[in-house]
Amino acid sequence: MKIRGALVVAVAVIGLGFLLGGLRVNPYIYFAGYVVLQYVVIATAWNILGGYAGYVNFGTPAFFALGAYTSIALLEAFRAPLPVLILCGGLVAGLLGLGIGYLTLRLKGVFFSIATFALSVVLQTLIINWDYVGGAKGYTLIRPPVPLFRSWAVLLFILMIVLAVVTVLVARTIERSWIGRGLAALRDNEEAAECMGVPTLRLKLFATTISGFFLGVAGAPFPYYVTYVEPSSTFDLNYAVNALAMPMIGGTTTWLGPVIGAVLLGTAQQIATVTISSELNLLIVGVVLVLFVVLAPEGLTGLVRKLKRRRA
Amino acid sequence: MTRLRARTLLGWALIGAIAGTLALTGTGVFVARAADPIKIGLGMALTGGLSANGKPALMAIQIWKDDVNKKGGLLGRPVEVIAYDDQTNAATVPGIYTKLLEVDKVDFVVSGYGTNLIAPLMPIAMERKLTIMGILGLANNEKYKYPNYFQIQPSGPDPEANWATGFFEIAAKQNPKPQTIALVGADAEYPRHAIAGARELVKKYGFKAVYDKSYPPSTVDYTPIARAIKAVNPDIVFVASYPPDSVGMVRAAAEVGLQPKIFGGGMVGLQFTTVMTSLGPMLNGIVNYDFWAPESTMMFPGIKEFFAEYQKRAKEAGVDTLGYYLPPFAYSAVQILGLAIEGSKSLDQQKVADYIRANEFSTIVGKVRFGANGEWAKSRVLQVQYQGIKGTDIEQFRVPGKKVVLYPDEFKSGNVIYPYSAAQK
Amino acid sequence: MFSWDLVANAVVAGILLGGFYAAVSLGVSLTFGLLDIVNIAHPAFVILGAYAAYVMNSSFGLDPIVTGVLFTPLFYLIGAGVYRIYYGSFERRGEESLRGLVFFFGLLFIIEVALSLKYGVDYRMVEAAYIGKSIDLAGVGIAFRLLVPCLVGLAMTLALYLFLSRTFYGRAVMGVSQDQVALRLMGANPVRIKTIAFGLGIAAASLSGALLITISPVVPSTDRDYIGRVFAITVLGGLGSIGGTLVASIILGVAESLMATLFGPSWSLAVSFGILLLALAVRPAGLFGR
Repeated sequence: MKIRGALVVAVAVIGLGFLLGGLRVNPYIYFAGYVVLQYVVIATAWNILGGYAGYVNFGTPAFFALGAYTSIALLEAFRAPLPVLILCGGLVAGLLGLGIGYLTLRLKGVFFSIATFALSVVLQTLIINWDYVGGAKGYTLIRPPVPLFRSWAVLLFILMIVLAVVTVLVARTIERSWIGRGLAALRDNEEAAECMGVPTLRLKLFATTISGFFLGVAGAPFPYYVTYVEPSSTFDLNYAVNALAMPMIGGTTTWLGPVIGAVLLGTAQQIATVTISSELNLLIVGVVLVLFVVLAPEGLTGLVRKLKRRRA
Repeated sequence: MTRLRARTLLGWALIGAIAGTLALTGTGVFVARAADPIKIGLGMALTGGLSANGKPALMAIQIWKDDVNKKGGLLGRPVEVIAYDDQTNAATVPGIYTKLLEVDKVDFVVSGYGTNLIAPLMPIAMERKLTIMGILGLANNEKYKYPNYFQIQPSGPDPEANWATGFFEIAAKQNPKPQTIALVGADAEYPRHAIAGARELVKKYGFKAVYDKSYPPSTVDYTPIARAIKAVNPDIVFVASYPPDSVGMVRAAAEVGLQPKIFGGGMVGLQFTTVMTSLGPMLNGIVNYDFWAPESTMMFPGIKEFFAEYQKRAKEAGVDTLGYYLPPFAYSAVQILGLAIEGSKSLDQQKVADYIRANEFSTIVGKVRFGANGEWAKSRVLQVQYQGIKGTDIEQFRVPGKKVVLYPDEFKSGNVIYPYSAAQK
Repeated sequence: MFSWDLVANAVVAGILLGGFYAAVSLGVSLTFGLLDIVNIAHPAFVILGAYAAYVMNSSFGLDPIVTGVLFTPLFYLIGAGVYRIYYGSFERRGEESLRGLVFFFGLLFIIEVALSLKYGVDYRMVEAAYIGKSIDLAGVGIAFRLLVPCLVGLAMTLALYLFLSRTFYGRAVMGVSQDQVALRLMGANPVRIKTIAFGLGIAAASLSGALLITISPVVPSTDRDYIGRVFAITVLGGLGSIGGTLVASIILGVAESLMATLFGPSWSLAVSFGILLLALAVRPAGLFGR
């Protein structure tokens, strides 16, 4: 599919979103839908670094929370409008991404992953002690009357659709460009790629920054969605596990994988929250993750590809 | 069958299983319900950090529902309680309550347990003008001043300061008056509120703070903290902590030999059965906040029957066996809601709110009247002292005398043993 | 508030804590330090061991350390089984890095959640005769609650060290980390050796879990606090050095203890990560690494 085709699909999806927003469907759909779409962004963003480049980031909560707390800081200081919050949230998280990109010079493989995990812990401690954004007490956001749309639920839902579409488009573009090929080379064997002249450092920095940027973008509207932001649920380990599981389930080598994974797993979790409604939901995520990693490491897209190859 | 084939088949089986599960569970979401019973909905911490109290709280609410239905329900209709697990995660709250209101079409909602879980409910309640009963949260309504919010926690007006008032008053009454105080608390939302309140009281009662530090909740070893406090030799030690740190601090204090003249204040967790039976005699002498104790002054109408039923169910369910902390209050919260519905003869949110605001209720935790911001008109945070605990047997906690109420005066059931070391013998 | 007495106490407490941290990190030192297997789920197995000790203690009154020792064969078998799965799924195909890591992370999550489902998130404690008592040595208080785990930790370290240096299988484990081909030529099957080593690592988790619950109450999510600690210790000590693990554990224990006592405990958790980052930046081979 060429870029024009992709853009058409993108616009169509956004249009569908507006349609859904206009219909008088049950508001619960907007709430649940927001979370699933948020995971599309998170999974896709994670995959840029994890799937394309092969660097496993356990610190997803750090970036997500950074986006959320940047929003809070800007809200406290300037009452900044939502688009500014999203941009800034992404930029700050992207800067953090750049930082960890430099970290990859010294840290490979598991050390990088543990460092990202450590990042989460340290950032959480910092936020807990920073009273300006509420610290451990938490920050409450009183939402102003909703502009343009019928309700905040609809606005946030449509916003997330737009963000998801943008993120996926970016991921797709990266994947098909020379950057994507370079990342794939360094994922397979970093030293060999370096020897062949692939600018590994620049690519890594690019991947970590973009990945961080979009994770921050996913987190920036969060205060508007939940209206009460406190560190322990914002830095929840679930974000880390889901960011891992969704691309794994869907397939890490292509942009479609995280989308499928996020939609399937995200929807399943939303349904489980209001039906089974217990930690069984979390257990299922863990089990599914391990099963897929062991049995179907290429994810669902990989399985489909194998089937297609057989038929041919 | 080749290996590859087997794996591919397995892969398809996985996909099929997931799709099937989704299809099956998905249908539940969109089914509308019949409107005959009165429905009360809530999210509650059934998993996650607060579930140790969340599960008993839900059990208490269900006991109330059964009690009410035995007597014919409310306004002649049966009562139904719909609860979802909020996983002690604030982010699930908007979704859960939206489902309760839009899909399950509940008539009333009550909050989950804890300040963090009540906070995200506030904007939803305000947007839809709901009347909500809050279940044990500290100062949730300070910022909003929403008139239709009512809190069952007996903190009273100015919740932050009232938390520790009794503790400080008891300390100040002693002769000679203690001079120095150490403040220590966890880096988390409730302890921060409590310590902030304590600092105000330090000024008010003229004590001198010689130690004022916080620690991360995941601290393993509390002996460095206990030692650091011992090194400054304070007369009073005020601790604001959550259950694991409360246990850690008590044990560390015992080990290190930290013996101020008064110890305790705002330690959550000492009220839980498992903690009481585990710490046993180490608790002796600690003066701590509490909401209820099995003393003769606290035997309100209906409470004995409640505990009989609760303890029976708790044993089977494997939750807090005695249930002295949250359960009676969770019960009272819905009890008040029920009484207000009956009293105002309506399910209209505003009418019920007005009724609650205007009346005094006789509940299983005593007489309750609400004041500004939905808090209790008069604070009733107790200060109790653990006395005479021997060994770790649970039965001793069922009878009066082990958790003596020192404050406020109207519920006082005994005298303080001062200093702290005297109670430890 | 500086006083030598305070510092002395903090240092002693830190050393005792370090002995305990060594026990927890031994498994990772084996599996990651020697075998290059990223068993990030090790802390979860430690928590599993802690819960085993809890169940035995509350149902039968068994001393936790006794339980820890008793369960070592069971944990060994579990470890061996996990390694087989890991080997079959990843090592054989040479895809260790990304997938192996994710596999263990998933395992960590599953164990933690399964424990929460079964036992809830109430804090679990054990009771033993020596918990709560302490002795006083020249103004420095030594709590038995810390002393006993420290001693057991030291014993475990010594046992492992002797195993690795004196026994056939132990030396084979050291060999497998250095040269697998040579090992085969000597008649030892590397896969079998690695299974034994991994099993031992997890068996160590059983005992260290029992020690953990002796020191402080435990909840399923306690494992997350230890991920950073065990890897920091393994790296600082040097991959492949058991003695290094002990030294690094004590350094970490003392650093955390001093931090908590003198500067307030808010940042002591970040200490382990700080040390890890510093070690990786300055001397990735660690103090005693090969």
